[in-house]
Amino acid sequence: MFRKTLMAAAALLAMAHSAHAQTEITWWHAMDGALGGVVDQIAEDFNASQSEYKVIAINKGGYEDTMTAGIAAFRAKNQPHIIQIFDAGAATIINAKGAVFPVEDLLNKHGVGFDINDYIPGVRYFYADSDDKMIGMPFNSSTPLLYFNKDAFAKAGITAAPKTWQEFEAIAPKLKEAGYEGFAHSHGPWIFFENFMSRHNLQMATANNGYDSTDAKLLYNNDELKAHWQKMKEWKDAGYHGYYGRAWGANQDAFLQQKVAMWIGSSGSFGGLRQSAQFDFGTSTLPYWEGVGEAPKSTFIGGGSLFAFAGHKDEEYAGVAKFFEFLTKPETQFYWHKETGYVPITNAAYELAKKEGYYKESPDAEIGIQQLSEEGGDWTKGYRLGFYVQIREVIYREIDRMMNGEATIDQAFDTIESEGNDLLVRFHDTYK
Amino acid sequence: MKRVQFGHSPVPYLFVAPQILIILIFFLWPAGQAVYQSFLLEDAFGLSSQFVWFRNFEDVLSSDSWAKSAVFTIVFSFIVAFLSIAISLFLAVRADEIIRGAKSYKTLLMWGYAIAPPVAGLLGSMLFNPLMGDLYILLNSMGFEFNHIQNGNDAAFVVILIAVWKQISVNFIFFLSGLQGIPKSVTEAATLDCKSAERRFWTITFPLLAPTTFFLMVINLTYAFFETFGIIDVSTKGSPGGTTATLVYKVYVDGFLGADMGSSAAQSVILMFMVSILTIFQFRFIERKVHY
Repeated sequence: MFRKTLMAAAALLAMAHSAHAQTEITWWHAMDGALGGVVDQIAEDFNASQSEYKVIAINKGGYEDTMTAGIAAFRAKNQPHIIQIFDAGAATIINAKGAVFPVEDLLNKHGVGFDINDYIPGVRYFYADSDDKMIGMPFNSSTPLLYFNKDAFAKAGITAAPKTWQEFEAIAPKLKEAGYEGFAHSHGPWIFFENFMSRHNLQMATANNGYDSTDAKLLYNNDELKAHWQKMKEWKDAGYHGYYGRAWGANQDAFLQQKVAMWIGSSGSFGGLRQSAQFDFGTSTLPYWEGVGEAPKSTFIGGGSLFAFAGHKDEEYAGVAKFFEFLTKPETQFYWHKETGYVPITNAAYELAKKEGYYKESPDAEIGIQQLSEEGGDWTKGYRLGFYVQIREVIYREIDRMMNGEATIDQAFDTIESEGNDLLVRFHDTYK
Repeated sequence: MKRVQFGHSPVPYLFVAPQILIILIFFLWPAGQAVYQSFLLEDAFGLSSQFVWFRNFEDVLSSDSWAKSAVFTIVFSFIVAFLSIAISLFLAVRADEIIRGAKSYKTLLMWGYAIAPPVAGLLGSMLFNPLMGDLYILLNSMGFEFNHIQNGNDAAFVVILIAVWKQISVNFIFFLSGLQGIPKSVTEAATLDCKSAERRFWTITFPLLAPTTFFLMVINLTYAFFETFGIIDVSTKGSPGGTTATLVYKVYVDGFLGADMGSSAAQSVILMFMVSILTIFQFRFIERKVHY
């Protein structure tokens, strides 16, 4: 009897031990809905591929919620191993010295190896520091794309999507006659401020777009960008541009419900649109102004990247490195790209997608990565600006005011410049 | 009057202790933290910080957008408090008079109480969705050129409507119980003396409800200042052009979204100060007119 009990106890202990042997890696992310499902699948695939580590993926809401949750957790010394941070929040986490374990160091230290040239040009330096060391691992990388309703185009007798804004001006009256507002756009700050600068190779901020120092000033108050917004307002008044406010979804819905013939959104919206659009649609590159700046140049990447928080054990970082290795494998990237529309972040994954004939069966899926692979310039690498989340809020606010005529273009840009620069000064003083 | 002193027993302190503890932990401690934080410039992760005296307050108070938001918050709060008290008082008086089906009316009017502000905000933003919102379509078909996406006043109308609607049922419950607390003998005597129901209401019922009204005024203003945050976040997010951003919403945007802890803390301290002044004012000048 006694021996039996002892054996049972030993067996129990052994079981408990084997369950313990798996190191758990928590990953907080901002992908909800259909995207969340794909993230869960990736975590599951990783867990099935090996037995040492177990990645637990937890959705913390949207981008801002996730960042806030991460900050709160870090302050409470209870941070997850991996956190997804969006483009506008990158400066906050990268400038906080000691908050993260740079991904380049992490991968090198744990024998996974790292070569920045494995990544496609557009994503290489966006999350790097001023010495070009990669701090965050690019994850969901997207770029602004133009989606067009093929039925609407046929009705209006238009054969191709406009490559330039000059071409758009030529077709807009035809679309209006066919009963459509020309286009709507989501996320104005991202598409028509940040990416406008990149597309035309214009400098966005001093100090090398903010990469060299937190002591930077915005350069948005320039004639090229103001001329574009002057046009946006004229188009809106003429019925060529549908403005449905700052909400992302409201503008996308206007496209889905065929009020507008075109919508400028994210390449990451491709998968979702494919499921919900009741009409045939195509994608095209972000239009540019012929003759302005050095257009067309490549756009910035948007979306988010994964950071490894500081303050964990070595063996856990080994797991993080393993997981990052899995994540950047061509097969994983191809799966992610196919399911979501986010671009593959490595050259190998892009090659794989080509080899598998993915772009033959759905050529629209390739537009985003093509746009990111277009020729780069001095100002297409990215930007690193502090309190950029609030600067975007200022821009959102002033777009509203320009569109409803409460502020002139000049007034709005003066406000963006002065309030934006005030925020940058505060950031510089905080993080110096 | 001769004051009677009883021997002190520790038992009463024991009874109030939990309450004091709750106030200490959930109010005084965080409030103290906010005051401390408002004098610091600190990075989001708390890795470095510096003491900057009143810099955060100066930055906040000199900003145009903060001033605009403060004006909107005050106007918004008074309108919300006034309308939700007035409408619920009217409904409570009416519901109190009804004999047939009184229970169902009352239950239906109280239902909204169970709805959280963000849910109310979501319902409202669906009703006002420009592409399929029933109220949006109705208002426009009636000839109003209603567009809360672009017009600041229309947007203010939307958030006020949702905030008032959400609060009515809470006030309704208080008013209804207040009305039921008025002795029948008083109202019957009044009926004999005065034929006009309206006059009876203003001379008898309303003064007798004054304690309830005063209490509701205080909690409704606090509601409008703080709790409407959820409604605004879900419906307008302060748009268009920042016209519907209340001070609390700004605290949230700068602190939680923007990770500017110092500015956000300074804004909360200013807000705390404003609301305390308002509450002191209410107790000093308005409560005097209330008879218990």
